[in-house]
Formats: sequence, C-alpha cells, structure tokens
Amino acid sequence: MTGRHSLFGPLDPATDAGYEDHPARKGFFTDTSICIGCKACEVACKEWNDVPADHFEMLGSSYDNSFSLNANQWRHVAFIEQPRGLGDQEPGLRQPPAPPPVELGMPEMGAPGVMLPDSGTDDVETPDFRWLMSSDVCKHCTHAACLDVCPTGSLFRSEFGTVVVQEDICNGCGYCVPACPYGVIERRKGPTGAKNVGIAQKCTLCYDRLGAGETPACAKACPTQSIQFGDVEELRERANQRVEKLHEAGIMDARLYGNDPNDGVGGTGAFFLLLDKPEVYGFPPDPVVTTRDLPAIYGRAVAAAATLLAGAAVSFLGRRR
Amino acid sequence: MKPADIDATPGTAGSRRRRGGRRRKGGGGDRSMVPEATFTSYYGRPIVKPSPWEADIPAYLFAGGVAAGSSLLAAGADLTGRPALRRSARLGALGALSFSMVALVHDLGRPERFLNMLRVAKFTSPMSVGTWILTTYGPFAGAAAATEVVGMLPDRYRRGPLRLAAYVDRPAGLLAGLFAPLVASYTAVLLSNTSTPSWNAARHELPFVFVGSAAAASGGFALVTAPLHETGPARRLAVGGAVLELVAERQMERAMGMTAEPLHEGKAGTLMRAAKVLTAAGAAGALVSGRSRALGALSGAALLAGSACTRFGVFEAGQESARDPKYTVVPQRERLDRGEPVRYHENGTPRRSGE
Repeated sequence: MTGRHSLFGPLDPATDAGYEDHPARKGFFTDTSICIGCKACEVACKEWNDVPADHFEMLGSSYDNSFSLNANQWRHVAFIEQPRGLGDQEPGLRQPPAPPPVELGMPEMGAPGVMLPDSGTDDVETPDFRWLMSSDVCKHCTHAACLDVCPTGSLFRSEFGTVVVQEDICNGCGYCVPACPYGVIERRKGPTGAKNVGIAQKCTLCYDRLGAGETPACAKACPTQSIQFGDVEELRERANQRVEKLHEAGIMDARLYGNDPNDGVGGTGAFFLLLDKPEVYGFPPDPVVTTRDLPAIYGRAVAAAATLLAGAAVSFLGRRR
Repeated sequence: MKPADIDATPGTAGSRRRRGGRRRKGGGGDRSMVPEATFTSYYGRPIVKPSPWEADIPAYLFAGGVAAGSSLLAAGADLTGRPALRRSARLGALGALSFSMVALVHDLGRPERFLNMLRVAKFTSPMSVGTWILTTYGPFAGAAAATEVVGMLPDRYRRGPLRLAAYVDRPAGLLAGLFAPLVASYTAVLLSNTSTPSWNAARHELPFVFVGSAAAASGGFALVTAPLHETGPARRLAVGGAVLELVAERQMERAMGMTAEPLHEGKAGTLMRAAKVLTAAGAAGALVSGRSRALGALSGAALLAGSACTRFGVFEAGQESARDPKYTVVPQRERLDRGEPVRYHENGTPRRSGE
C-alpha cells in the first residue's frame, strides 16, 4: 500500500491506494480564461449533491456572494475586478473593418439613415479593465492531506483517483480541516436540520455520477466548457496546448496551476489555467502536503519523548528526598 | 464565515499592504526585523481553514501532559519507595486522562461515533497514532490508579479479584510510565502536521516545548498534592521541564520566521506572555521550596497555570495564523520568488526551478 513515493512525488493515486484494476484517473481542467461567471456550476453542484443553501449575504466583493469553498459550497466562483487590460486579446468591442464601398449606381454612397461611428478604426479604446472569474473546487490531490490525516478511514481514495468522504463513517474529528493546504474541506456547522451536520464535507467529483459513467454536475452544466472533465492525463495535455495558444495570442499572464506532478502535492486531479498569480484567486501560491514532513516530525517527537523519559529518570537520581 | 469576519475590499483584487508586525508590547527583539509584508489575497479572505476545534483541544493538550508526566513520576516513585508521591501521581494521571477523554469526545462533530477512531490504524494520521497511544497507555494508567484505590480500602474489602491488585500494581504503573512520554509528545505532531502556518512552522521544536510543558505541569501537580519529603524528584522534573519549555519555545520562534508573529499578538500573545512569567516564576519557586510545602504548592500551581497558558497560547496562535491569509501567502510567495518552489526530485533534494 505504501510505495516509495507514497508521501511525496509523482504517482498514480488509485494504484498507490491498492486498486489493481481501475479506470483512468479522472479530474477537472478549469480554464478560467473562458469562465463567464455564470455560477451554473455552483447551482448544479448544490442541486445534484443536495448541498444546503446557506450564507447568502451581499459581500461587496464583485459578484461573489458565496464567500469561499466550504462545507456548503463545493464549487465557488471567484470574481476579481482589475484595472488592467487582458493583453493583446481582442476584447470584441471593435466593429469589424467595413468592406470598401462598392458603386451600385445608387443616388448616394454609404449606409442610409444614421451614420454609424467610423468603424474599422482604433477609436474604440481597449478598456483598461479586466474581470477575472474562476470556478474553484476540491483539488483531489495526488497526495491528499485530508485523506492522510483522517483517523477513521472515512476519507478514502476512489478507483477514479479522487478523494471522497464516507459520511456514515466520519465522526467529525475535524482534523482534515486544518490539514488541507487549500482550505477546501470543512465540518458542516449548519443550517439546522440539514443532513450531515458535524461531518466533514467537500466535493466528491460526483462519485455517484462517475460510477454511472456520467460527467460531474458542474462540468455538465458549464456553458462555456471552462470546466472540462476527463482523464487527468489527457486534460494535462489539453491544458498545455491551451496555455501555449494563449501565450501565442499575447496573453503572457496565462499559467497552469496544479498540473505539475512534481509539485508540493504531487499534482492535483483538478487543476486550473489562471490569468494571474494564484493568490489573486485565493489559491495558495506553493501548497505542500504536510505529510511529506511527517516522518521527520515523528522523529522529533520520539526524540522529545526520549528526552522526557530520560529527564524523569534523572530526577529520581541523587538525593533521597 | 460569519459576515463580521469578512474583510471585503470592493472592486479590488484584495491587494493589501500591512505592517509586518503590528505594534507589540514587550515583544522580544528578534522579530523586529520582519519587513513590511506586501502580499496579494482574495479580498483578504483566509486561504487555509482554521481547525474547528474549540477549548476542548488545548485543554486536552494540557491535561494529557499532566497525565503523562504524572505517570512517569508515579513509576519513579514506585521504584524508589515514595508511596505518597506514587499515589497522588497515579490518581492525578487517571483524573487528567479521564478529563482528556471527555474533552476529546466532546470535541467531535459526531461524539456518538467516537469509536470509529478504532476502525483503522494509520501511520499517516497523527490522530490515529495518538488514539492508539492513548488506547495503550490508558488501561495501564487506569489499572495503576485502581490499585491505589484498592490499597486505600480497609483489609476486609480486599477480597476476591481485588487481591489481584497486588500483582497488577507495579507492572501496570511501569508500563504506563513507558508509554507516557509518547502521550506527551505526539500532540505536537498532531498540531504541526497541518497547513495551519504557525503550527506547521513550529514542527521541529514543538515536541520539545510540549514535553517540557508536560514535565513542568506534572511536577507542579506533585508539588501541590504530595507531601514535602517525597517531592524532591518532582521538583527536579518541574524545573528541568520549565527550562526545556522556555528554551525550546525560544528556538521555535526563531525557526518560525514571520509565522511567530501570532504568538505575540492578541489573545495568544497575552497567553504566551503569561505562560513565560508563570513558568519561570513557578520554576524559581520550586527550586527554593525544599522546606516549605506552601511555597511548593504555590509554585506548583504557577507551573500548572503556565503549562495551560502555553497550550492555549500555541493553539490560539495557530488558529489566528490560519485566519490571516498573510501567513499562508507570504512564506510561499517568498520561496517562489527566490526560485525555490517545493518540487519533488528523484534524489530527494528539492529541484530549483522558476515558477
């Protein structure tokens, strides 16, 4: 069950978890460059997974009123308004250049009636503004801290390489919550009467739908294919092509996040194409699975325990009083 | 998650400039070098989530330490013929352990399912490892305390199976003492194997802070509860523990970089300052209390209070470090900007590469 890379480094998570014959690893590639912020993913997720609606506040943070990923929010769309252009990308605000006029023998040239503004020239300025939108989700890490630290075995690795909570096993110890380097999983606090209160909750990558050969609800609902579902291997390739294309188009800010199997969590099953630094979207810039250091920490703890044992022994030496 | 916690900055990407260290009263000099931290976040919202744990957990950290140190003292007292120290330490250990169990179960989101902890044994989960340490230690500590109770009964009640107490007595006490140090130190792993910045950054030194704190607290408990003529070892353990705690805590803060800040601010800062004063004063009092039970008891109480403050202080500092995205973003951003992202490399050393 534990191989050389089990705590850190690239591996196939389902194989590492002991599945002998399993489907290809499934995941999401979320291309934020084509997200339109419609929140269809948030709604589809809530509907399919029966995630209770709570925390609806006007937060004053652009169009984001769902705050964050949490026990009751398994997809979360971030909205960032920035005073800068998109790059050399065509914003679609310019009129296409008009074809040269053709003499048809009519009494006058040009369009009848009102004259449109002189189209085809650069007098419509590219706005000095861009709107970043990104649909965040559980990363389904190759090395998942939440799964590593779960003391009941409630969190498990599915045959699809995803990380899922068994709600009938979880006793709500809460350890997975601070363990997650992305702040995804959370113990459900309410609302009163909702199911699974007191239990750790997060995206399951629609484990039930996957089992039936279906696409997860969010990806299914996404109208722009910003959320793409598929085999992680293939999605990584697709992501590389997409980022190259954007670079060619002059959008040099485009970058992938979570696609590197050598990164601090062994690469994520759900990864992203971003147009700015990860922290702008609320992602940790360089997350690390803490279990990587666990053998070393255990070593320190054993050394400290030995120190205490020796100290206690020494305390009983010497004077008898 | 409450709206009041939300630090929203409408219309921006939440780029914030903040003083690297807010004004602190009486903070040490080693952190004043922290430069003003400029960092970007999403509307100032937390990235990692603070643990959902409440006062149960730091209270358990404290009580578990008292139990562990007391079992060690009881084992030593048993071997060196100090029956009163043995008795109070064994009973103290059981009391502290029982309190710990209640706190740990109470803290669960689904307390009725606490036995699910015993479904698996997982080396990658310090909580699972801790569960099994407690499951091993607990019965021995309980049996050792039970034999003390049997010993206090009048002769005519010590019949039947109760006569077995005489055979269980020493082995149970010694085995409890053997497992006790792990009870005291694993809790540091429990905290530091998380993405909570101020706990994770303390991972190398925290086990030593916690065993020092356990030694000081259990020594203090013995000074309060055991007669003067048997408390020599308890006094030495308390002083040694206090020194270890204070020295290791200092080392820890040096190693933590900016994530040491929460240990000096707000509620955590108050607790940590109180911990230092109480621990130092308790240790000094314990050192000179060889002839005064009253002074010994007072010092012992100070040591107990100091240990509790340390546990609550470290706990609170971690919670605070998780609530402020600064402590997650800045250290990670700094290593990226240095061109040293955390990357796996075949021969185990980090590969250096650009972002």
